[in-house]
Amino acid sequence: MMESHVDPKRRLWLFALTGLVLLFLVAPTLIVIPMSFSSSNSLTFPPPGYSLRWYETFLTSEKWQLATSVSLRMALGAMVLATVFGTMAAYGLHVTRHALRGALYGTLVLPLMVPSILIAIGTFFAYAALGLLNTVTGLVLVNTMIAIPFVLVTVGAGLRSYDMNQEMVARSLGANRLVAFLTVTLPQIKYSVISAALLSFIVAFDEVVVAVFISKGEKAPLTQVMFSTLRDEVDPTIAAVSTLLIALATIPPLVLQLLANRKKESRP
Amino acid sequence: MSTPSRHALPVSIRALSKHYGTVKAVDDASLNIEAGELMTLLGPSGSGKTTLLMMIAGFSRPTQGSIRIGAEEIVHLPPHKRDIGMVFQNYALFPHMNVAGNIAYPLRIRGLGAAEREARVKRALDLVQLVGYGERRIDQLSGGQRQRIALARAIVFEPRILLMDEPLSALDKQLRETMQIEIRKLHDRLGMTTISVTHDQREALTMSNRIAVFSQGRLMQVATPDRLYARPESRFVAQFIGESHFLAVTPCARGLCYQGTDLKLAEPDKVAVVSPLLMLRPERLTLAPIGERATANDCNVFAGQVVERIFQGDSLLVTVRLGGGEMAHLRLQNRAGNAGFSPEAGTHVNVLLHRADAHIVSAEA
Amino acid sequence: MAGAIAFNTDLLARQEKRERANILRLALPASLLVLILLFVPIGWLMSLSFLGADGGLSFENYTRIWTEGAYVAIFVTTFQVSLWVTLICVLLGYPVAYTLNLLPEKISNILMLAVLIPCWTSLLVRTYAWLVLLQRRGVVNSALIDLGLIDQPLQLVHNMAGTVIGMVHIMLPFLVLPLYAAMRAIDGNLLRAAGNLGASPSRAFRDIFLPLSAPGLIAGAMLVFVMSLGFYITPVILGGGKVQMISQRIEASVSLFPTWGPASALAVVLLILTAAFLLLSWIAVRKLTPVETEAQ
Repeated sequence: MMESHVDPKRRLWLFALTGLVLLFLVAPTLIVIPMSFSSSNSLTFPPPGYSLRWYETFLTSEKWQLATSVSLRMALGAMVLATVFGTMAAYGLHVTRHALRGALYGTLVLPLMVPSILIAIGTFFAYAALGLLNTVTGLVLVNTMIAIPFVLVTVGAGLRSYDMNQEMVARSLGANRLVAFLTVTLPQIKYSVISAALLSFIVAFDEVVVAVFISKGEKAPLTQVMFSTLRDEVDPTIAAVSTLLIALATIPPLVLQLLANRKKESRP
Repeated sequence: MSTPSRHALPVSIRALSKHYGTVKAVDDASLNIEAGELMTLLGPSGSGKTTLLMMIAGFSRPTQGSIRIGAEEIVHLPPHKRDIGMVFQNYALFPHMNVAGNIAYPLRIRGLGAAEREARVKRALDLVQLVGYGERRIDQLSGGQRQRIALARAIVFEPRILLMDEPLSALDKQLRETMQIEIRKLHDRLGMTTISVTHDQREALTMSNRIAVFSQGRLMQVATPDRLYARPESRFVAQFIGESHFLAVTPCARGLCYQGTDLKLAEPDKVAVVSPLLMLRPERLTLAPIGERATANDCNVFAGQVVERIFQGDSLLVTVRLGGGEMAHLRLQNRAGNAGFSPEAGTHVNVLLHRADAHIVSAEA
Repeated sequence: MAGAIAFNTDLLARQEKRERANILRLALPASLLVLILLFVPIGWLMSLSFLGADGGLSFENYTRIWTEGAYVAIFVTTFQVSLWVTLICVLLGYPVAYTLNLLPEKISNILMLAVLIPCWTSLLVRTYAWLVLLQRRGVVNSALIDLGLIDQPLQLVHNMAGTVIGMVHIMLPFLVLPLYAAMRAIDGNLLRAAGNLGASPSRAFRDIFLPLSAPGLIAGAMLVFVMSLGFYITPVILGGGKVQMISQRIEASVSLFPTWGPASALAVVLLILTAAFLLLSWIAVRKLTPVETEAQ
């Protein structure tokens, strides 16, 4: 804590403003949840009554089911590939002293900096040539690329706080590089890798702009369907979908955090 | 020196160099380590000793040269095929395994069965006197225990040689001294060819059969601890091992002279060095009153005047200005038989140096 | 003997090179993806942007951006929206980061969740939520009427205001997080020392705290600005067709017109703007960072 250099009256204002801004930040997330249980067709808040009808719509409509299945396959595929490729790259760049290190790192985090619309039309271009438009494979690949920077940063941070001597020890004890990585390094950076995997899943699941460009119809993920629905009408099913998305995005990180904390506490 | 075990192999390093651009981290080093010997690589930081160790372990690839274990050339092999045990500076025990898991790791990698692994782990724990510690977690161990576990893990698979990188630097001073002796004893029991790296001269002197001294990438001298102490070949080694200071001496008709007086030297035939210096070690110098000649027969005698005396409890530090203006520093033991002569500042005295301790080094090496 | 040893210099050098290359090769799959899905198509786009309607080499796609009113308007809108978003983020974000820094770390860590939760929530979900909150009979308008601040509901959505609100909500964490980290790193002793030397609290803030937190603020603000330039989803949904930003125009050109020339020129300009502002912010942060931290 820092000593305040603000007089108490102004301090009160600061706290009030901060409270309002924090409310502003969480309100949209929180409001969607009760909306999803609304019994009304319109978007009035607070809802006039409560029901599960929008979840029912979501669970019974083929449109939403199909989109959910595409999204899940896409996000799982991208999660696996981005975690594997990203961890490989993070390890390689961490260990190497090659002159190309900086340039490669810059290249791999580029998808984070390039505006999504450019990735979208670029991918559209490439997929038109490769025949990957409207395919789950195409969605998996582009989301892998988009998620790799997150894996690179997360696993990179894990590796930086890890003692590389351990891997040298393992190698001196007879393990080759791969075995040393799998038996000694990986178990110790596993929380970074799991975080990276979760993050890739969420990033892929939530991606909208590229999906809008390269997918349609049966091969469109949830976000694409939500986006086109939102454009045309106001459908409260979206509140139900959104609530499920919020749960999907917040529960795993919280569980992971709890697990990591418990692990820490069990070690005095 | 301990008896080498039947499996112990010699290590031969020939013309080994590691260059980083124009910087020569190790420059043309050649060194033989005998089977079963404990050799310490000693030098200040940046002298190349650690680089040499890392090249033997396979973690640093030399620019050129040869490393052989027994008859086998290993310089092209990756670390995991060298069959070398290594203890790292910070021990780097695996925190996600317990003590037994750590020690069993090299056995598991080699595909040994569970029963065999268990037996060997037990033997290794016995060897480092930590029987019953197998189930402990790494963070439950003290520094000294970690050191022993690291050692057990490095020898449990009976490697051809053992390497230790600053094995005791993470411990406090008292524990360090105990462990020095313990490692020496363990080595005597195992008879394993061992190469250790340290910057601590006392550790090197205590543990080693022989010591190789490095400076700025060059191997300066290889010798037994007592030989290294008594007969350093260079000014650098003389100063790095123990305390020493020097008197510039000049060639004369019958050898070397200081202020016109012939010197009685330990090795009179070794006077043909460039810019010769007489090595003075404070504890090897003694004082005598002017005119007392009884003990001086086998001694070099330098007349001078006491400048300063400092009482240090167990010893007395005396500084004497010699005839040529140089200062000689003496350390006199504070014990009953020695109480006789501790002159006040200003007294004229003779400084005595026994012939056996009169050793010449070159100012240029 | 010496000859045989000198002979292995080449072999050792080759081995060293091979090992280095092998390690680097681990980054190959990831790099290939970026190459095929990003570098090649964007290079292609760049080349397309120099093709005229007749298929020859031409700058007409670029001159159109400067001369045609519709394009100029899009750039004006994009910069307007981005500047508003950045300004509001700074005005809201700095006091929030400052207050979080005043509080004990335990409390501010909990409050930090409020900053992080939106980051975990789908952008689409949040945009949808704002649609609900800001509509004519939405929560915000009802609250304002109940409080007696207004008589008639305000038009808060399907316009610039709605777009800016939605974007501020998305970008604010990107400003607060680095800024808060930068403030936590400021040594409280410096302020106490300034107090001991007789500086008034506001003077100490102006002379010490503000300059020390400036790199974090500038970095965060630049990031917000750059990311705002490329927004697509939020202006589409919350702008209701009344707010046209560069990304939307690119999308429209691609899906409405048969030629890629105009869209690719816009894409190239957006890319260059993004790169230029990122570079600028990097330089600004380096210039503003005190020397002692740079030396570490």
